[in-house]
Amino acid sequence: MDRPIRVLVAKPGLDGHDRGAKVIARALRDAGMEVIYTGLRLTPEQIVQAAIQEDVDVVALSILSGAHGHLLPKVVNLLKQEDAYDEILVLGGGVIPEEDIPGLKEKGIAEVFTPGTPTTVTIDFIQNNLKRKQ
Amino acid sequence: MADNEKMDALRKKRQQWDEKTAKSLQKFPERKEKFTTGSNEPVERLYTPLDLEDFDYEAQLGLPGEYPYTRGVQPTMYRGRFWTMRQYAGFATAEESNKRYKYLLDAGQTGLSVAFDLPTQIGYDSDHALSEGEVGKVGVAIDSLKDMEILFDGIPLDKVSTSMTINAPASVLLAMYIAVAEKQGVSPDQLRGTIQNDILKEYIARGTYIFPVEPSMRLITNIFEYCSKEVPQWNTISISGYHIREAGSSAVQEVAFTLADGMAYVEAAIETGLEVDSFAPRLSFFFNAHNDLLEEVAKFRAARRIWAKLMKEKYGAKNPKSMMLKFHTQTAGSTLTAQQPDNNVVRVAIQTLAAVLGGTQSLHTNSKDEALALPTEDSVRVALRTQQIVAHESGVAETVDPLAGSYYVESLTNKIEEEAMAYINRISEMGGAPAAIEKGYIQKEIMDSAYEYQKQIEKNERIIVGLNKFQVKEGAPKGLLRVDPSVGEMQEKKLELLRQERDNQTVTEKLATLKEAAGTDANLMPYILDAVKAYATLGEICGTLRDVFGEYQQSVVL
Repeated sequence: MDRPIRVLVAKPGLDGHDRGAKVIARALRDAGMEVIYTGLRLTPEQIVQAAIQEDVDVVALSILSGAHGHLLPKVVNLLKQEDAYDEILVLGGGVIPEEDIPGLKEKGIAEVFTPGTPTTVTIDFIQNNLKRKQ
Repeated sequence: MADNEKMDALRKKRQQWDEKTAKSLQKFPERKEKFTTGSNEPVERLYTPLDLEDFDYEAQLGLPGEYPYTRGVQPTMYRGRFWTMRQYAGFATAEESNKRYKYLLDAGQTGLSVAFDLPTQIGYDSDHALSEGEVGKVGVAIDSLKDMEILFDGIPLDKVSTSMTINAPASVLLAMYIAVAEKQGVSPDQLRGTIQNDILKEYIARGTYIFPVEPSMRLITNIFEYCSKEVPQWNTISISGYHIREAGSSAVQEVAFTLADGMAYVEAAIETGLEVDSFAPRLSFFFNAHNDLLEEVAKFRAARRIWAKLMKEKYGAKNPKSMMLKFHTQTAGSTLTAQQPDNNVVRVAIQTLAAVLGGTQSLHTNSKDEALALPTEDSVRVALRTQQIVAHESGVAETVDPLAGSYYVESLTNKIEEEAMAYINRISEMGGAPAAIEKGYIQKEIMDSAYEYQKQIEKNERIIVGLNKFQVKEGAPKGLLRVDPSVGEMQEKKLELLRQERDNQTVTEKLATLKEAAGTDANLMPYILDAVKAYATLGEICGTLRDVFGEYQQSVVL
């Protein structure tokens, strides 16, 4: 398969802080990826539906409201239910305390990017950890 | 020697100095080729009277407390009394938040500022499906008058002033506040405080909108009208640049987009038949205090001057109070680093100076741990102490507008005014702020600035101490505040009990009456107040209005 990496950048839950999501979306786009940004207030169900419909390789979830412990694993579980988790890399980003990260990784979030992470780190991570061969 | 001759002499001298300096630059180059402010405005090597040649003191600055209010809205400023020190706080349940408020008041804070959780801000009860995982997280959960009674238990509402960060459902929370006060024996005309009530910046930058533009603007003007008669000391709106700046705008954009929003509210109110001086004195503003100290001071001064001119010249205000831009400030959360968080105390101190030197009426200082989580009690105390040190020890509060007359600060003030007015005029040509938001123009301008800022950091063109320079190896931070995950369940139980105990028939009737009124052009405040007093929940009231008004559909702009 020879096509650009496709990424869904999504804001789960009620959180309205989208500066980080938009900055990362632009940076991924500038790095040659195809980026779909969903806008605010998506339920995990809507995110998974969009991910499947858009046939993405990566779902990048940005959350700053403290509801990450609930919403991020829910996206993973729904992807598993749809048999899409083996194809799609799930990432988290935002104000997420360090001590919560191991728990999120156990629940299937491949990596969590916290404030101050250069966008290049996220780009490299995606390029090196895709589940589906390009 | 006449002034002109003096200026000519200076011009000559300056020229010689420039030539001399240029020569020495070959040997001793400056640190970088281009110097800019925090918002990428070019900064010259030196500012002199030559930069202010057409400067007209009376027209551009005037005296404090006088038009155009560049130097401040009160004649004596902080010599009369300090700004209100108001820490934004609230989390988990009303009981927990009530404790934090009492702690802050005991620590010398002079006003309250309530943070609500996201379900409350978006008009959902804690037991709504979309509230799952969010209850009590970024603020306190308020489902009904019952929670509001607990939130202000033992806090005399005739003595404190309360600011509430609530927008789409502002009318409901204001009604709850009025109802709690009534139970304390405090009449509405004694209440002092502010509701944020600024929906346009929710569409632009903050995201807690509910209804489409038109009914949202109606709710806002309903509040203006109601409060001008019933709650005359209440600030009915806090037109906010804070979140626009946090979303990544420049200082100029912050001023321009905020004032453009302000103009839209003024125009909407005038259109419904309100007389400008009947509501304009209760308009207030909310700005960000960022790291570039002098640019920020200039920003606040420029904002005051622009607003005064607009109100007087464009909207024909006669009451000086209508022309005064009063504002709350919060230090810039987005400047706080998760790396070496103790450094944030210093950033906040600089930002505090900017707000105070810029003449703020009230201030929230962020806590050092806010890039990581909600702040702990200890870090909130340091943040409050920062304000107290600036107030009592720094000396900057002892005279009015101490930076006035600085060639640099006045040049920057003029420049910010000029560039902000260019934006404001462009937005007016597009049909005003609501139209510019609809087109995604404002959002895109902000995003361009935000992305540019990020790129500068990643290319090390902009140094953030501890982030891209002077890094150290750090362990995971300890002792962060965690919100009890059972808050959601507790709120759900409280709601269940409430629905059993209240008179459900009255609730149904009040909601039906509200629904009917929403379909007419009646002022909805009295209907909302009635429903609140019958213990209808926030979700029920907003749900009723959702049925009539529909919901806003975001225009997604990258």
